[in-house]
Amino acid sequence: MKRIVSFVLLAAMICLAMAGCSGGNSEATMQLYVLNWGDYIDEEVLENFRTEHPEIDLHYTTMTSNEEMLIQLQSEDCIYDVCFPSDYTISKLINLDLLAEIDTSKLSNYENIDERFLNQPFDPDNTYSVPYAWGTVGILYNTTMVDEPVTSWDILWDEKYAGQIYMYDSVRDSMMVALELLGYSMNTTDPDEIAEAEALLVEQKPLVQAYGTDDLRDRMIAGSGAMAVTYSGDAIYAIMENPDLAYAVPEEGSNIWFDNVIITKSSQNVEAAYIFLDYLLDAEVAAANANYLCYSTPNAAAEEFIDPELLASDVFNVPQDVIDRCEGFIDLEEDEQLYHSAWTRIKAQ
Amino acid sequence: MKRKYFATPYLAWMIVLIVAPMIIIAYYAFTGQADGAFTLDNIKAALDPIYMSVLWRSISLAVISTVICLVLGYPIAYILSRMKPSTAAILSMLFILPMWMNFLLRTYAWMTLLDTNGLINRLLGLVGIGPLRLMNTQGAVVVGMVYNYLPFMILPIYNILQKMPKANIEAAQDLGANSKQVFTRVVLPLSRPGVISGIIMVFVPCITTFAISRLLGGSQFMLYGDLIETQFLSVGQAYGGWNVGAALSCIMMVLVFICLGITNHFDKDSSGGTLI
Repeated sequence: MKRIVSFVLLAAMICLAMAGCSGGNSEATMQLYVLNWGDYIDEEVLENFRTEHPEIDLHYTTMTSNEEMLIQLQSEDCIYDVCFPSDYTISKLINLDLLAEIDTSKLSNYENIDERFLNQPFDPDNTYSVPYAWGTVGILYNTTMVDEPVTSWDILWDEKYAGQIYMYDSVRDSMMVALELLGYSMNTTDPDEIAEAEALLVEQKPLVQAYGTDDLRDRMIAGSGAMAVTYSGDAIYAIMENPDLAYAVPEEGSNIWFDNVIITKSSQNVEAAYIFLDYLLDAEVAAANANYLCYSTPNAAAEEFIDPELLASDVFNVPQDVIDRCEGFIDLEEDEQLYHSAWTRIKAQ
Repeated sequence: MKRKYFATPYLAWMIVLIVAPMIIIAYYAFTGQADGAFTLDNIKAALDPIYMSVLWRSISLAVISTVICLVLGYPIAYILSRMKPSTAAILSMLFILPMWMNFLLRTYAWMTLLDTNGLINRLLGLVGIGPLRLMNTQGAVVVGMVYNYLPFMILPIYNILQKMPKANIEAAQDLGANSKQVFTRVVLPLSRPGVISGIIMVFVPCITTFAISRLLGGSQFMLYGDLIETQFLSVGQAYGGWNVGAALSCIMMVLVFICLGITNHFDKDSSGGTLI
């Protein structure tokens, strides 16, 4: 008998707990499902949005990679309305017909966006996406371990730094490094050029301490490595934590990347999605996010609210000549397979 | 009402979550991405020498980890089984307790311990050694696997040793066996089923592990599990990644079944000791 009672109690508790989770906001008349990168928005912005828009019940989930997001958005019963994919993933999503066209007349803050960051190759007329953050890829290095100036990707092949080099564990980013060093385009589909880049990365492997992702930032802050391939936003954060660190975008050129906001084609809550997008484009909100993330913002109006220390940094406020030598990724469709098999072979060595 | 009806929910569970996915994996492994027609291309692609070298690395790291678990785990289980039941209960609790926490978190803890500026290197620094490169080595991957799976070796051996009647040992001693003979001729053979299920329960998760190698090995030592993950997540369905991934999974399943077959062969005459 006792067992039955405790079983019933347990079941009741589980039911209560589940009800507690789904209950949420009682005034809400609209739902909104947002899928974003982990730690990619100022939590306060979310809080403020919830307070200012009690009519919207915001469900916020995080992901760790574009690939993971792609799987979520391709699923038949995708619940997400708003998402933050990167450049080449956006062109992939457009090709897969998963994005809703964006009606900019519903976005009162749209004019805040700096025109330099509109009309990128992955979404030519910004039909489907609104810029959220952007930055470069470069080398974050520890000035106590690296004496010479960092101007070229080939320093990542320098035997002196064996075991102290971190590479980014991502196909396109790592292949980009090798392709740029060889003087090829990072969007090449020539099998010979890709094979050369592969050979170069295989040659580099014994010097590499690890292929990492978000953890590289903390490894570099802790002084566990001499240099790492990183995104500019991570670099600024790391430099603020550890002043021995510095960041350089090599002369050969590098990747300029964008994370844009999109509305899914399957969205059931389009109205709430537009309210959220417009909120993100607000100058003060965009500045709050930029101050928190340390990633450059495409929002020109946000500038006056941005931390002067950030604005003074070349990593955040990228000089035009650096932007000019950078190239963006585009979706390579079928040819991307060449990159994946090369990368698998490199990693499997 | 017949007793076997009570098994229906479990049976349904098995069909939906074990049998059906295996059929789906087999389907993907033997069909082409574009046309869905029968093909052996995926299996051929999965037998690529580079993939085989990954498989070999997985097997050798799993064997090393299993041997270390056995060498560490057997004496611990033996000592526990000789203790007062109440003390043994508390101590075995200490082994189980960390398992209540997610293994990823425990592995993250190892990352900070093994780091170049981590706790271990700092302690070594105090006595003038190092800093040694501990993180992102094969050794770190083995440490991670041993740490995570050691309880799965200790518990089945402990279970079987604990159930072993004291009378057997006393009889052996009465008949003149010294303590070494008691161990090698009585305790060890009787504990074989526990050892075998311990080996299975450590070897199988070791050979299929994937996150540990990425976290502690710095993604440098790709294991078979990582390879399958990359095929499904990075290469993706559109470029045949699911098909090759499924073919790799089939190869892994066949290997696991062979392992189970071999161990069952040695384990014919016994029962119990298994936790699964």
